[in-house]
Amino acid sequence: MKSEFTQPIGKISNINGQCIPLIGNDIDTDRIIPARFLKCVNFDSLGESVFEDDRKTLKGKHPFDLKENKNASILIVNSNFGCGSSREHAPQALMRWGIKAIIGESFADIFYSNCIAIGIPCFTLPKKSIEEIQNYCDNQFLFLEIDLKKSLAKSKDLNFNLEIRESSRKMFLTGEWDATSTLLENENLIENKFNDLPYLKFNTPLL
Amino acid sequence: MSQDTLFDKVWDLHKVSSLPGGSDQIFIGLHLIHEVTSPQAFGALKDKKLKVKFPDRTVATVDHIVPTDNQSRPFKDNLAEQMIETLEKNCLENKIRFFNIGSGNQGIVHVVAPELGLTQPGMTIACGDSHTSTHGAFGSIAFGIGTSQVRDVLATQTLAMNKLKVRQIWCDNTLSKGVYAKDLVLHIINKLGVKAGVGFAYEFAGPAIHELSMEERMTICNMSIEGGARCGYINPDEKTFNYIKNKLYAPKNEHWDRALRWWESLKSDENSIYDDVIKLDASKVEPTVTWGITPGQSISINQQIPLLDELSPNDKLVAEEAYEYMSFKPGQLIKDTPVDVCFIGSCTNGRISDLRVAAKVLKGKKVAKNVKAFAVPGSEKVATKAKQEGLDQIFKDSGFQWREPGCSMCLAMNSDKLIGNQVSASSSNRNFKGRQGSPSGRTLLMSPAMVAAAAINGKVSDVREFIN
Repeated sequence: MKSEFTQPIGKISNINGQCIPLIGNDIDTDRIIPARFLKCVNFDSLGESVFEDDRKTLKGKHPFDLKENKNASILIVNSNFGCGSSREHAPQALMRWGIKAIIGESFADIFYSNCIAIGIPCFTLPKKSIEEIQNYCDNQFLFLEIDLKKSLAKSKDLNFNLEIRESSRKMFLTGEWDATSTLLENENLIENKFNDLPYLKFNTPLL
Repeated sequence: MSQDTLFDKVWDLHKVSSLPGGSDQIFIGLHLIHEVTSPQAFGALKDKKLKVKFPDRTVATVDHIVPTDNQSRPFKDNLAEQMIETLEKNCLENKIRFFNIGSGNQGIVHVVAPELGLTQPGMTIACGDSHTSTHGAFGSIAFGIGTSQVRDVLATQTLAMNKLKVRQIWCDNTLSKGVYAKDLVLHIINKLGVKAGVGFAYEFAGPAIHELSMEERMTICNMSIEGGARCGYINPDEKTFNYIKNKLYAPKNEHWDRALRWWESLKSDENSIYDDVIKLDASKVEPTVTWGITPGQSISINQQIPLLDELSPNDKLVAEEAYEYMSFKPGQLIKDTPVDVCFIGSCTNGRISDLRVAAKVLKGKKVAKNVKAFAVPGSEKVATKAKQEGLDQIFKDSGFQWREPGCSMCLAMNSDKLIGNQVSASSSNRNFKGRQGSPSGRTLLMSPAMVAAAAINGKVSDVREFIN
């Protein structure tokens, strides 16, 4: 794990880094961070526990334990990555280990939202391209330069047109992925909605 | 794009604005919080110098980390104690209603909100827990969120979201005897796959769904997320309204009449448009058991674990991983698989009707030697009711341990854990690797009745042989 963790802030338009492939479909958030590590009131120490059980099982051969991946920051995954529990601890653990972007075949919905909310862009590519990256990484390092403006990933040998939901792409480019202040700008509209909703008029108050 | 479904109506009603990036700002009518996913959200509010916008639209309880054997304070586990203390403090400071242990209303958040009448048709409901989809059983639009989104709901009562597509899952006919809502939802997830629901809300409909009790409907919607759908719902009907009536926070007197009129108007139109429709025959569903490491890897009780060749190319990778992890051979029968631990509880199947069904199977019988069996009521209310009905005694007489309410071994954040590669028969919702507290523990998901049958025989059994 890298010691110099800094939380992303503001506009995110370029991410450059080494790829770390992790093979497997339906990798759930319990595997990314087992439930016993959720006993915490902050996220600070989660990075070292990412994939704890999988790593122990593979006795040093897990991609997150390999020396050559020590400085990697772009995670390459297969399909339905991050399924299961809504725990934000999962992307927080990945981020604190050093992951800054994820490219995969597909992502589970809640995991995807959590990544956006903490500043980790998730891109999709067809299965064939993911396999191409995985194979390439078998023998050599792959450094990708990701350009969010163009949705492009470039390297010396491989180039990809990344797919990302347009609203997410815009949020990263404008910095609005950190949504609280954007949402608060509509404070009047929120108040109006609160006053308009039928059920808030007939509900028994919470005493 | 879907039109005039309940989902569309509730979404439109709660839309506050279209955000610059293209997503919608959605008002959250009811926000539920618990000790695991909220502390960092309150921390972030403090950092941003923000206040909770509508404290009376958030309700808290404690469930994930609570011990089920001895709940006296301070908890033996210091970290668990720290988490409950943090929640107590945050609720006090922010004037949020908190149902603590001993209040009579504590329990698993998805059991508590419906039984208090907080969950109602037409609402948007969010909670930092993926099984929030449970509340869709009442015709609300409910979904799990992460901690940053918990922060956003606390600060603004809204979320930035992209509208989901809507898939109707139409279930014809009715379930046969000895087949339960759990079997139906496991069957649906198996047929559609664990990621088919990504980007979708699931509308469960048809005669088989209409026939289900509210608690069974909650079991179905609860597991939508296991099929990839963040949100699952059922159009409200008389059963829904009757369930809510007279609950603590149900609308009262003239408010009840107004509520009822509005609720009755809330359903998908006859000619509404869905993005997708799937039809299946519920009468064909049999008692179902998972054999692998995803909730989609399930078979009927009399089937064999599938051979690799029988699976679609996309399912092979996970199947190979599952054979190895579970130490099962392709082609092996699931029936008669020995079990070490039997767990009845969770937000999927920890309600009073689940305990009743299991008690009926257990009555006059004994749990097999070498099997550790325990029942964890979903809430203090469920526990009280079970005691009034004498169910706790039936469980204890059979050799089950009777515990205090909480999430318990569904995710094993307390001391209820599998040891080594034990096999559990579990009424919970996830059979992921390591889910039940041991990195090599193995989980077989099934209905509570099937767990009871497995406890008696010490192996996976067909509950239909017990209930004739």
